[in-house]
Amino acid sequence: MMKNFGYTINTKRAIDLDKNDLSIAEEVMREVPSWSLCIGCGSCTATCTAGAFTDYNFRKTHLLARRGDIATLRKELDKCMLCGKCVLQCPRGVNTRGVIAALCRLLPQ
Amino acid sequence: MKRSSWEKYQKTIPDDNFYYARSCIRQNFFPGSEAAFLKILKDDLGVDVFDDAKHTSCTGIGYHSDIVPLETIMTVVARQFSLMNEAGYKNMVSSCITSFGLYTEILSMWHHFPELEEKTHDNLKKATGRDFVKPECVVHSSDLIFHFRDRIAAKAKKKLVNSVTGRPLKVVEHIGCHYAKIFPTAGIGGSEFPYVLAGMVESWGGEVVDYPERRHCCGFGFRNYLVQANRGAPVANSRQKLESMAPYKPDFIVANCPGCTMFLDKWQYAIQQMEGVTYGADGHGIPVLSYEEMAGLVLGYDPWDLGMQMHQVSVEPLLMKLDIDYDESHKFLGNNGKYISRPTDCGL
Repeated sequence: MMKNFGYTINTKRAIDLDKNDLSIAEEVMREVPSWSLCIGCGSCTATCTAGAFTDYNFRKTHLLARRGDIATLRKELDKCMLCGKCVLQCPRGVNTRGVIAALCRLLPQ
Repeated sequence: MKRSSWEKYQKTIPDDNFYYARSCIRQNFFPGSEAAFLKILKDDLGVDVFDDAKHTSCTGIGYHSDIVPLETIMTVVARQFSLMNEAGYKNMVSSCITSFGLYTEILSMWHHFPELEEKTHDNLKKATGRDFVKPECVVHSSDLIFHFRDRIAAKAKKKLVNSVTGRPLKVVEHIGCHYAKIFPTAGIGGSEFPYVLAGMVESWGGEVVDYPERRHCCGFGFRNYLVQANRGAPVANSRQKLESMAPYKPDFIVANCPGCTMFLDKWQYAIQQMEGVTYGADGHGIPVLSYEEMAGLVLGYDPWDLGMQMHQVSVEPLLMKLDIDYDESHKFLGNNGKYISRPTDCGL
């Protein structure tokens, strides 16, 4: 039993591109090229039906996937209902639903 | 880093006539360091340095925690200068990196905004009836040890060399952020290439380790660790440094800031207790020394007189590498010979 001092040691938030796995993001980018148009405005997240009932956040999904920070991504994606409302909302025409579908397929279960 | 990179960042360090401003926390964590500094300067080097019982904390901890307002801290610093004038000294030497940074910052503010200095004169007069003249020079105490490093080397009883292998000891040097990251011209080597500790290590026979996170902050700050629940961030900073330096197998760490020295030492205990991870050889920690302790060992001082029994990480493996004779039975005896009690052995 390790000692409890009343705090835990924060995990690093630094993005180490030498260690992070960018291969999945690169594959999704090939399959859904419109993903590269995303400006991170958050319209998808603001209108997300799943987001109203869970803490699902496509903007965060996008950020984690592009950084190769995929450890917690699979669990996040399970909250999406794939309704596609975000696609209608996107001002840049990103096929957000396609991005999620591709990530679901490519990420290990 | 190019060896010559630091050379264009220099500052003038006087040879004599210093008023010593102590740190408010160092005497708790590294109780022999300030006494060793005064002994080295006065007895070994014959420098005139005045240790004044009248001066107070610079209140830097309160200032950096948003508790002490700027006007108040300027008045406190002005009082220190007034005490220095009263004692007949022209140069200020500060034991604490944060005090040094604050004196430098306040003198710079007074230079750029003379009305602030005028107001501080008024405030000090109203509060204490005193007036002050600014010091001719403000230096940190590590600047002075650096300045006299060759004279110390000439008197050295020990070199920073492994007595068994004959190879230079590998030393990690860590510079406090407030030394030169606020005012790069205030430090030897500037903020990018500080040479103040590296110069000592090289002069005394050691080898400086250049590792990736060498210039990373230890995480001390002030407001970010005062609340216990927030300490996860400060400890993560120190861990980042320790993880980065460990592969180079340093023999010890030397730091010139009260907070950094304490953090790099004590967090090794916290990390070991929380995660079971250690960064030195054979499951031990990496010893952390103040520069006065390093100079004291070089000059042949007794490690227990230097206060090294108060370290969290045991220094004995380092003392053995340096072939320093020490009496284990005296480790926990105070200056008066009384038992000062011993900490719980955490295996570091």
